[in-house]
Amino acid sequence: MPPSLIAEQLLNGLQLGLMLFLLAAGLTLVFGIMDTINLAHGSLYMIGAYIAASVIEASGSFLLGIAAAIAGTALVGVALEMALLRRLYRRSHLSQVLATFAVILIANEIVRMIWGSQPILLNMPPALSGPVELLGLRYPAYRLVVIGVGLATAVLLYLLVARTRAGMWVRAGASDREMAEVMGVDTRRLFTLVFAIGAALAAVAGALLGPLLAVQVGMGENVLILAFVVITIGGIGSIRGALLASLLVGLVDTAGRAFLPYLFRQMFPAVIAAEAGPAVASMLIYVLMAAVLYFRPTGLFPARG
Amino acid sequence: MRDTLYIPLRPWPTLGVVAALALLPLAAATLGQPFYVVFATRVLIYALIATSLNLLIGYGGMVSFGHAAFVGAGAYAVAMLMPAGVASAWLLWPAALLAGAGFAFLVGAVSLRTRGVYFIMITLAFAQMAYYLVLSLRVLGSDDGLTLSNRPSLGLVDLNRDTTFYYAALAILLAALAGMRVLLNAPLGRALQGIRDNETRMEAIGFATYRLKLLVFVIAGAAAGLGGGLLVSLNGLVGPNLLNWTQSGLLMIMVILGGAGRLLGGALGAVLLLVVEEAIAEHTIHWPLVIGVVLLAVVLFAPQGLSGLMRRRA
Repeated sequence: MPPSLIAEQLLNGLQLGLMLFLLAAGLTLVFGIMDTINLAHGSLYMIGAYIAASVIEASGSFLLGIAAAIAGTALVGVALEMALLRRLYRRSHLSQVLATFAVILIANEIVRMIWGSQPILLNMPPALSGPVELLGLRYPAYRLVVIGVGLATAVLLYLLVARTRAGMWVRAGASDREMAEVMGVDTRRLFTLVFAIGAALAAVAGALLGPLLAVQVGMGENVLILAFVVITIGGIGSIRGALLASLLVGLVDTAGRAFLPYLFRQMFPAVIAAEAGPAVASMLIYVLMAAVLYFRPTGLFPARG
Repeated sequence: MRDTLYIPLRPWPTLGVVAALALLPLAAATLGQPFYVVFATRVLIYALIATSLNLLIGYGGMVSFGHAAFVGAGAYAVAMLMPAGVASAWLLWPAALLAGAGFAFLVGAVSLRTRGVYFIMITLAFAQMAYYLVLSLRVLGSDDGLTLSNRPSLGLVDLNRDTTFYYAALAILLAALAGMRVLLNAPLGRALQGIRDNETRMEAIGFATYRLKLLVFVIAGAAAGLGGGLLVSLNGLVGPNLLNWTQSGLLMIMVILGGAGRLLGGALGAVLLLVVEEAIAEHTIHWPLVIGVVLLAVVLFAPQGLSGLMRRRA
């Protein structure tokens, strides 16, 4: 297997990992601080992608599309938090699952009503559609930009959480909400803020991945499960854990799909390899999660305790 | 006075509901809507599956997000055995039950080491593994799934007649509900609810909590597997979508909707969700929107699910 192929797959894994991080960051904060299971996070990702697609289509500007997606989805997130989630924080996880599952159904239908059932096309900016030369490796320019934006957002989020006052409130809320409240943190506003940031990050992921994957109703559901895998492996409520687990899941999934079938062909007869390779590759991240939970039942970086 | 955990048997309402269910095929025939018998059978099977999940969630505090995998295990067991020449439901359905139980034993043995949210996620992980395994194995039909040419035979009665199948499913559901009531009123059921409320304390007073939970997990998996076997026997086809996480989610929704921790909660939720879906789907393509609004209303205004609502009124 040529080294350029390995390098390409590593970059693909990095890209997937960073996008997963954008989704998982919001999810893990909502889960960690508010102790709330939000199944509708994938819907925010979908809404972000649709807004981006529409604005880019209308204006022709990719940047404007992303900005609109961020602003629009953050607004939707704030509305959702104030109208519904606020009532659910003190309820059981089961109630939260039921309510946010309902939100998925409603969001999917509203999107279907506005944009129709057919997947819509989101083109990447023409300037970025070609490949670039990178240390002798030809790699799609757009994917490189996605990696760059993902890295920048991750650093920004890290600085926000680790270095600012609001970030300190967030960390305080995640490790002990009641104590944070007693010490004067206005958790009501903090929750709304966290939810808006989570929604905005999901929108960035939706808008950036739009040209690479199909923009369609239900696109949020599969991604949601991946994001849950990430935050579980990382330890719920931990941004650091989410980042590490995102990269781990991104790399393991991409590498598994690219190299396992190849590896299996070397080790087993062709008939078995053709069946088992793809099967094991798609199961790999779930095996990883089960293994992590078996040895560390609260994830790699538990935020509490 | 009876103690609070005891689940009484109210003879008259029970008899009334059973009689109504028994007369349903007749009513459908009179109305000239025989299609509804097949639909009602499907509802009964889902009621069985949701009831088994209710045993875990409502009484055991084990929020399993991977219950569809056990349904799938049973369904694929039947779909694999029938083409191999096994035609009798007396063999196929116990095989489905065993497949569900066996898979539940494997998943439970590992998953029950974790608690809370992590338990939810690890059961999901195993279900997704099963989903992708089925999806990529050609022996299991990959994407397309497997189809059966006819229904299993049940000896004296003919399952190819929809009405007969309906009564078979009804008998199984009633037997399962009766069995669950006996189990919950027995010491095992009491211990289970004790574990749900405070596992550490139950452990401290000497209960082998891990083994008890595993036992109940396997029982629920067995019932779900049987449900899967019934589903594939009824429909004549099974696909990987039966194991997808959205199916597990849907089963969970049924339980919460009907009322987790109520004997009839799972069954009630299954009936309500499927009937509402069937009723609205005829009128609008945007029926999930209506279901979503109904679910939201239940969360906000009936926190204990529908059976909780009824109990409060009573």
